[in-house]
Amino acid sequence: MLAVEHLFKRFGGFTAVSDVSFHVEQGEILGLIGPNGSGKSTIFNMLAGAFPPTAGSIRFEGRELAGLMPHRIVHMGIGRTFQIPRPFRRLSILENAALAGYYGQDHVSRAEAWEAAEEALEMVGLPTDPRAETSSLGAAGLKKLELAKALATKPRLLLADESLGGLDDSEMDQAADMLGKIRAEKGITVIWVEHIMGVLMRVVDRVMVLDHGEKISEGSPSEVANDPRVIEVYLGTDIVDTGAAADA
Amino acid sequence: MGRIDTRVWLIVIAAGLFVCLAYVPAIIREGNLGFAVSDVFLYEAMINGLLLGGVLALLSLGLNLIFGVVDVVWICYAEIVMLGMYGIYYLHSFYGVPLLLAMPAGILITAIIGYAVHELVIRHLLDSAPINQLLATGGLLFFFQSVATLAFGIDFRNLGVSLGSFPLTEDIYISWSRLAAFVTAAACVAGLYLFLTRTFMGTAIRAISQDREIMTLMGAAQGRLYLISSAIGGGLAGLAACLLVLQYDVHPFVGLSFGPITFMICVLGGLGNMVGGFIAAFILSELIALGGYHFDLEWGYVFAFAFFIAMMFVRPEGIMGRRS
Repeated sequence: MLAVEHLFKRFGGFTAVSDVSFHVEQGEILGLIGPNGSGKSTIFNMLAGAFPPTAGSIRFEGRELAGLMPHRIVHMGIGRTFQIPRPFRRLSILENAALAGYYGQDHVSRAEAWEAAEEALEMVGLPTDPRAETSSLGAAGLKKLELAKALATKPRLLLADESLGGLDDSEMDQAADMLGKIRAEKGITVIWVEHIMGVLMRVVDRVMVLDHGEKISEGSPSEVANDPRVIEVYLGTDIVDTGAAADA
Repeated sequence: MGRIDTRVWLIVIAAGLFVCLAYVPAIIREGNLGFAVSDVFLYEAMINGLLLGGVLALLSLGLNLIFGVVDVVWICYAEIVMLGMYGIYYLHSFYGVPLLLAMPAGILITAIIGYAVHELVIRHLLDSAPINQLLATGGLLFFFQSVATLAFGIDFRNLGVSLGSFPLTEDIYISWSRLAAFVTAAACVAGLYLFLTRTFMGTAIRAISQDREIMTLMGAAQGRLYLISSAIGGGLAGLAACLLVLQYDVHPFVGLSFGPITFMICVLGGLGNMVGGFIAAFILSELIALGGYHFDLEWGYVFAFAFFIAMMFVRPEGIMGRRS
């Protein structure tokens, strides 16, 4: 579904992403992890079109994405969430999702946009009442709204910049289960970017680990968790989740 | 909660000031409370203030809409009203077009001017420093005035249509044109409110006025929303022109008599905040009317401007504005 070949990104003299290649199969959940500054967010942003790669290709369903504008990429069927939720605060929850649905799809009627918004909100468990305000949402609710906005664009591939750092354990579990549910019910392929390993390992099919802009490991969660290079990168840092450490 | 409390206090204080301004001068002058509360001319002044407020509210609405969406203050907004007044005057008095056709044509003309101002000038300055945008619209003000002077001369022109007035009570007469202006302005405010809250386009306009960056990332055609808002803002200027041309003479500098006060209303209400502008329009119009009644007409403006300056110290972000 998605094939990334020899991707590079340089900012001035700094190489943020160096020769990364990977692919994502239809219906898969791929976890993309790495410590802060490992280049995972840079890759995420290149997939979403926030900035173009310095070199390399990104092919989605056979079509080249590198260098396209963000909204063109959304129209092609790649939805994204933002790490820091940024809703329109003075619009209702439903209006937020409907705008995302309307502008995120080609040739969609307004009625279809409202419908897509309601469906997406139901999926993530937010109120579809047109009077429900964004001010009623906490950190977890805002993340759900981000997800609903991405889903309202009817994506085939979802780029989830989850960064569950601000959530408590049960909220993290819920968020992880949500991505599993989205894949199961809608058949949407997911790339999940995260720096906390444990909760991610439970849901994803495959994991790719980045460090210093390079891919250092890829495979099933248990393979990756046992990879000495991954242990080296994560060892001694407080972001190692106890669950993953126990597996290792 | 703290913010709401502040607003409640402001309303209480404003109401208190209003009552003081309305009655205290008369009590001092006559030494008699009974006379002040039964003074019909005082109530006539209050009603006229209310009616003036309607037109000022309409004017501030257009300016606020454009500012809220495009984030550029059109200093030349009142000059677009002036061009609309000329359009209606010439169509009716020169070419004999019936007033009921000339007025929609005037609205169409100013909507096109609004569209053109954005397309030809503002669009190219969206990434410039705010001061350059202000200077450009300020330049347009003088451009429009000069064009009007060249094209129409400096004569004061009157449409020569009077709707007359009707007695509200035995002593209070209300001018039909003022009442029509108020009713139209109120209907327009309500219509725009419904457009912004009930339609998809309106929702998109509210969204882009909150966060243009995200809207662009979402793939919204920003330019189109800007053009639509500018055209609606221009059309509102045309509607104001329809109402004003019935009450005032047209001349190239007529914009100066309500341009500054429109701008002040928007700032007093919180720039870009339409509800705030609506309230501020009535506060200032009552100050003008009551000050003008108790003292001289010009004193009304002195009070209004003094109140504005004082408010800029107390609440620089405007009545309904957000602190930033």
